[in-house]
Amino acid sequence: MSIELDFASVLSQWPLLLKGVAWTLGLTAVSAVLGVLLGIACAWVRTEGPVWSRPAVAAYVELIRNTPFIIQLFFIFFGLPALGLRLGPEWSSVIAMVINLGAYSAEIVRAGIQATPIGQIEAAVSLALTRVQTFIWVVLPPALQRIWPALVSQIIIVMLGSAVCGQISTEELSFAANLIQSRNFRAFEAFIVATVIYLGLSMATRAALNWLGERLVFGRRRG
Amino acid sequence: MTLTKRALLAAASAAALLGASSAALAQSAMDNILKTKLIKIAIPTDFPPYGFVGIDLKPQGLDVDMANYIAAKMGVKIELVPVTSANRIPYLQTKKADLVISTLGKNAEREKVIDFTAAYSPFFQAIYGAKTLTVKSMADLAGKTVAVTRGAIEDQELTKVAPAGADLKRFEDNNATVSAFVSGQTQLLATGASVAGVMMQRNPQLNAEYKLLLKDSPNFIGVAKGEDALRTRVNAIIAEAKKSGDIDKMAQKWLGRPAGQLPE
Repeated sequence: MSIELDFASVLSQWPLLLKGVAWTLGLTAVSAVLGVLLGIACAWVRTEGPVWSRPAVAAYVELIRNTPFIIQLFFIFFGLPALGLRLGPEWSSVIAMVINLGAYSAEIVRAGIQATPIGQIEAAVSLALTRVQTFIWVVLPPALQRIWPALVSQIIIVMLGSAVCGQISTEELSFAANLIQSRNFRAFEAFIVATVIYLGLSMATRAALNWLGERLVFGRRRG
Repeated sequence: MTLTKRALLAAASAAALLGASSAALAQSAMDNILKTKLIKIAIPTDFPPYGFVGIDLKPQGLDVDMANYIAAKMGVKIELVPVTSANRIPYLQTKKADLVISTLGKNAEREKVIDFTAAYSPFFQAIYGAKTLTVKSMADLAGKTVAVTRGAIEDQELTKVAPAGADLKRFEDNNATVSAFVSGQTQLLATGASVAGVMMQRNPQLNAEYKLLLKDSPNFIGVAKGEDALRTRVNAIIAEAKKSGDIDKMAQKWLGRPAGQLPE
């Protein structure tokens, strides 16, 4: 049996696909920034924060890392309204992605922090830097530099994971592909196109984040 | 066994089969029902609220009510035969059932193989929402959120008729669509009568009601080809039930709206 591929019928729906790409990138951008900040905050609490707050953060990290993303998403979208908190599909998606990335990046950043040589911290303290100053200027930049590739990978995973946000009617790329194939029954072509776009997005995002990391987060690698 | 012998045997058994079936045909379904005082009616058990198995494990629903109604009017006992969408017409063709009352829509292909009575119940895609929400026409959908299953007939219809300001939220399957509406994520729900019927039964606190029609595709009762005596009798029962309001009562009970004008 030969399959006739008809990409024109999918590509002619480019406004839908473009909107999908915009949503996927937008969701990823917002959740990457907020998620990594949340992750750094949680990593700080777990390594240097007040002792009483550590179990709460540990519980959050374990809860999120040991449950499926789609369940977290459904809990926010379908479950929270029962408690009186109604968030639309887009807000639910962003919050789910931030919470999810926050938990994973907390552990990644923590690994980087723990690898900081104790002498470096002692040097900072001897220069009369406060604990917060030490963390932000001495501990964090080299920690981020060490774990940056892992963090970028996690952001990419969250971006690809946003494909399930279409399940709660967020109009991201997978939603667009599904909508197109349910209208013209060209499922194979629609998903091939989506796959190619996701591949391109992932590679571009990875390159962009690597570039940004060197310039904005921890400085250019020397030597 | 030689080839000729095998061919002869095949021909002989084919002839025997034909003979048996023509003997069965010789007696009309109507004669058979009146003689045995029993009518076999195929009903769905997987399609609420038309036909489904209740907590007491007994089939119930609009189709089941209709089947019992017809048997009662004919004054015979009833044997309910559970069927699926795929095998309901074969059950009729092979005489495992005298009638098929199983949300059967009428189309040209089906009319080639079976006969249909008048329509007995509506099947439709519609928009549902809380009683407190005013939706009188499609234009009222502007500025409101509507949950709909992506790619379903109701999505296609709604996409055609909804005003630009309507916010359609498309979900993967009926469960997600209904959950979105039930949890209050959308103000309105566009779905098939069967899905909406179950939703309203299980969530009386929502006070949801039928708002607008999207597409009508009424159900007919299937009768085996050529069983005119039975078909005429069932048509008479349906006509009477329409006049007495029993058809409307059944639709109201299971679908939340009267049957309205049903095609003959």
